[in-house]
Amino acid sequence: MKSIFNKINSYHFLFGELVKRDFKKKYKRTTLGMAWSVLSPLLMLLVMRMVFTQFFGRGMDHYTTYLFCGNLVFSCFNESTTQGMTSLMGNAAIFSKVNVPKYLFLFSKNVQTLINFGLTLCVFFVFCILDGITFTWKFILLLYPISCLVLFNIGVGLILSALFVFFRDIQYLWGIFTQLLMYMSAIFYTIDRYSHTVQHLFLLNPVYLFIRYFRKIVIEATIPTVWFHLLMGADALIMLGIGCWMYKKYNHRFLYYV
Amino acid sequence: MILELHDVAVRYITGDFKEIGIKEYVMRKLKHNYTVREFWAVDGVSFSLERGDMLGIIGTNGAGKSTLLKAVSGIMEPTKGWVKRQGTIAALLELGSGFDGDLTVKENTYLRGAMLGYTRKFMDETYRDIIGFAELEEHEDRPFKQLSSGMKSRLAFSIASLVRPDILILDEVLSVGDGAFRQKSENKMREIIEGGATTILVSHSLQQVREMCSKILWLHKGRQIEFGPDVDGICDRYQDFLNGKFKL
Repeated sequence: MKSIFNKINSYHFLFGELVKRDFKKKYKRTTLGMAWSVLSPLLMLLVMRMVFTQFFGRGMDHYTTYLFCGNLVFSCFNESTTQGMTSLMGNAAIFSKVNVPKYLFLFSKNVQTLINFGLTLCVFFVFCILDGITFTWKFILLLYPISCLVLFNIGVGLILSALFVFFRDIQYLWGIFTQLLMYMSAIFYTIDRYSHTVQHLFLLNPVYLFIRYFRKIVIEATIPTVWFHLLMGADALIMLGIGCWMYKKYNHRFLYYV
Repeated sequence: MILELHDVAVRYITGDFKEIGIKEYVMRKLKHNYTVREFWAVDGVSFSLERGDMLGIIGTNGAGKSTLLKAVSGIMEPTKGWVKRQGTIAALLELGSGFDGDLTVKENTYLRGAMLGYTRKFMDETYRDIIGFAELEEHEDRPFKQLSSGMKSRLAFSIASLVRPDILILDEVLSVGDGAFRQKSENKMREIIEGGATTILVSHSLQQVREMCSKILWLHKGRQIEFGPDVDGICDRYQDFLNGKFKL
């Protein structure tokens, strides 16, 4: 019993040190530091707002908030998975020499993106005020899609970081895939004009689900259906399950590939 | 019994699978040009160590020493057989690896300590000793990459040895550093062994092995040639083998 406690305690320490390391390494060379990671989605938002308002934002209330919801969720997903992908390989020098739980490297990267997400979320709320959104108690429910998003990101990150050890060109394929996904996630357009069948197809895209949830709560002030909740939770758990299974299965094989 | 290995075998795979992409993988599979070679890097090794033992592992390059140490420290899982260990293990498999060049000496010390499984409280208490022993007091806040290779290995050795593990694994560690530090680290090693720790030492210096070890394991191409407390006997035969007096 005591040894289990010690184990948790020491991994807790290792985890903290890894987070610190990633943090220092990331912001060491930029003078703007953390501000930059908030600034880049804002710039993206600015450009989209200027370019697309004429095409998609006509006759639509709160188009800025609509865009921001999409960007907020998508950039979190994109950053977390893209950076998570290299987390295992980047620490090959460590896990091939010291016996440490390999998933810690990915978790550490995810803590970082979560902090960025938190900061961007604060900016998002400021923009909501500027856009004249009324804050309701329903905003608390946003914790649900955020938790699901975090789990989903970790799941995808586990899968990608494992695959990246085996196939290095995953990096480029994932770059293309996220680009396509961005256009399929209705970030800057609405899906009203599609037929019902197509509208339902959008629900197959987990990233769209997260975005939709945000918009429902923030812009429409309505709570999505129970099914919507279940679908989102299932997406997150399935990805997480596959990711854990891959790590468990290949735990001792990663070593041969580095 | 602090460490016991029973008929441990590790199958290693090498081949075309490294650093290839999906496209390349599919192409090679289609052309039947995809080869994966399997070989037993370690095959049928059994030994056990008591508290305070110092095991020297000898053998030529490619004998499977590093792979065996990976199996002992739990980085690799034996394909066959089992490893039983009691207590904490600190493995120094390659000096300087696992350190991050961009972080300072202090940050690296904490990170390494954490990787070896120690608590923050313990590291806070031991940190001054570690830096003192490594003689790096003036370089605490320098980035690790600016240190000389001697300094790096001194730090690695200090961290692993001052934290008092139950089992300490040293792979070609004592042969680095200048003469003075080498003497100091050998003294430290003796102190650790007298303190009851079990140590495994891999060294190409037979003289060092003869002086320090209480048991010897001789590996050749993954196979266990000899194991036992007859340090001088085994070392003599190994020396004869190296001189070409007989073949295996």
